[in-house]
Amino acid sequence: MHSANVTKRYESWGRYPKPEHAAVEHMRWCHDPPDFATLDHTVLPFGYGRSYGDSCLNNGGILLDITELRRLIDFDAEKGIIRCEAGITLAELLDFIVPHGWFLPVTPGTKFISIGGAIANDVHGKNHHVDGTFGCHVTQFELLRSSGEHLICSPQENSELYRATIGGLGLTGIITWAEFTLKPILSAYVDMERIRFGNLEEFFALADESAEDYIYTVGWLDCLSQGKNFGRGLYTRGNHHDPPLDAVINDIQAKPKITLPIDFPNFAINTLTVKAFNEVYYRSQLSKIIRGVVHYDPFFYPLDVANDWNRLYGKRGFMQYQCVVPYKDSLEPIKEIIRRIGVSGQGSPLVVFKIFGDVESPGMLSFPRPGVTLALDFPNNGQRTLTLLEDLDRIVRESGGAKYPAKDAHMSFESFEISYPNWQEFAQHIDPMFSSSFWRRMMAGREQIC
Amino acid sequence: MLKILVVGGSSAIAHEAARHFAADGGSLFLVDIDAEKLDAVAADLRTRGAAKVETHVLDVTAIDQHQAMLDAAIASLDGLDAVLIAYGTLGKQEESQADVSVALREMNINLISVIALLTIVANHFEAQKRGCIAAISSVAGDRGRQSNYVYGTAKAGVSAFMQGLRNRLAKSGVSVVTIKPGMVDTPMTAHMKKTPLFSKPHVVGKAIYDGMRQGRGVVYAPWYWRFVMLIIRNIPEPIFKRMSL
Repeated sequence: MHSANVTKRYESWGRYPKPEHAAVEHMRWCHDPPDFATLDHTVLPFGYGRSYGDSCLNNGGILLDITELRRLIDFDAEKGIIRCEAGITLAELLDFIVPHGWFLPVTPGTKFISIGGAIANDVHGKNHHVDGTFGCHVTQFELLRSSGEHLICSPQENSELYRATIGGLGLTGIITWAEFTLKPILSAYVDMERIRFGNLEEFFALADESAEDYIYTVGWLDCLSQGKNFGRGLYTRGNHHDPPLDAVINDIQAKPKITLPIDFPNFAINTLTVKAFNEVYYRSQLSKIIRGVVHYDPFFYPLDVANDWNRLYGKRGFMQYQCVVPYKDSLEPIKEIIRRIGVSGQGSPLVVFKIFGDVESPGMLSFPRPGVTLALDFPNNGQRTLTLLEDLDRIVRESGGAKYPAKDAHMSFESFEISYPNWQEFAQHIDPMFSSSFWRRMMAGREQIC
Repeated sequence: MLKILVVGGSSAIAHEAARHFAADGGSLFLVDIDAEKLDAVAADLRTRGAAKVETHVLDVTAIDQHQAMLDAAIASLDGLDAVLIAYGTLGKQEESQADVSVALREMNINLISVIALLTIVANHFEAQKRGCIAAISSVAGDRGRQSNYVYGTAKAGVSAFMQGLRNRLAKSGVSVVTIKPGMVDTPMTAHMKKTPLFSKPHVVGKAIYDGMRQGRGVVYAPWYWRFVMLIIRNIPEPIFKRMSL
């Protein structure tokens, strides 16, 4: 388990760039913050280091480790409302709430993140088209400012700070605890279908057809195939499984009765084997469609079974790339992006592909917005990689799309500004003692332009 | 369900052990020096399913207040099934060497107050002819080493005292569980450089829970410390005294 690891690394998940922090402080109790007056560097809260780029780093400054803030505070098992300290992981929460018949309102592809991080990055998941982002479900939280103030933030109270902190990249202060609503479930299982699609048009048709009847949908795209195989992939959709009436809630965590080979090959992220892998992966599903009942763990967190899979990329690290682009008027931008990635031969074999819905987040810097989003890894090949990513960013900018800071170590200020036109409104709410490598990179880019 | 008194209830290790008892629906009486920390731990345990959680602020070196605290716990929980003594300080060895008063203060917290507490708890459980007494000692008590022998002396005293109690109370049906953790990543060791030998509090907490449930005698946590300490105890003194441990 991740938590057994005591020699913790204060780096980002992509292990690029490499930070040197002046110090790492620990906050162990909500009522016992660091003495900001004695700190001579800027501060950034740090959880489990699952942000990919530099948004969770504070090079030259202080990281404030909040992972010992992992106590529950209150739980309403009737209404499905939980209040907990911000350093608790989704994994720990799931262990507690699932046996009570509740699930996370929104979950990303790993459960080893903190609640504070889920809010600060306004994370999304396979149900974005139905439920929006994590921030949409946050009823209130406490924000600790360097002034020493403990502020309750909610849609009613300190509402501007509430909106700035959701998606606020940890820059507005420390989230000490949060309260949010949960999703009722009748079992720990998911009714899953996986369907092969031959091209992008088929993907969008599947997405249209599935949007109303399935709360979880996602595509995996083979971006290396050109010609007649261009845009092929696998489409996954699912709903929480309702057991027969005689099944008791106590069995909620029991082993699945039907198992499917849906674990993803974690070790295939190697450019030499990419094409062969994709062929095998795509062909491994012989029938057009497979159905089954799977436990929530392999359905939502396939990569969590391999600890530290990020280290497979070696010391140089890797860069994640995630963008969202509009597709209603034209499929051309997204096709162009996929084509460029394919031609470059630099990307990871699997590209995650998902339609975002129009559920609006309260977060000022929230990333998800209507469009199609695409995410993949690039091994860090230095300038070659950066040039490719900037090429892709240009297409994103021209299409009116956006980039995701949580997965970024390269975007230009221009991309940031186009993605977040209200960033200046957000910036007013940044705590004067708080900063991050990402934020300084953006502001330095701005100065170059001005 | 079990009714448990936890002295040092807001320590990281005690909290992890208490989470298991809470999830079982047990009742807990938490004692510590800081009211706000106690409140945070109590809220967590209530949320996790504890039937009842009460808190009590006490400086354990105020030995004349131990009996009142124990009485309050028994009254509040309407009886008592188990006691976990989980507090302690890990002072800097150099300071204890340089200043007798520092060394005696360490001994007072880690040994004298524990002996005082164990004595009245033991008498209570001996009279009721059942119960479980657990106290956190340390592998540091298994052999004196230059790096922490003042702390180790206190813990050796706790281990010996517990051993004697176990012998005395066996016929009364009371189990006496000595917990010997290795190095644990808690606020107490925040100043120490972390090595792979360190373990997480939840690992030790689970070992305490299991050890108390099973009424075991001596619990090394994690288990492999039993073998590490077996080796360390058996190094001949002429060699050992030259080692830098």
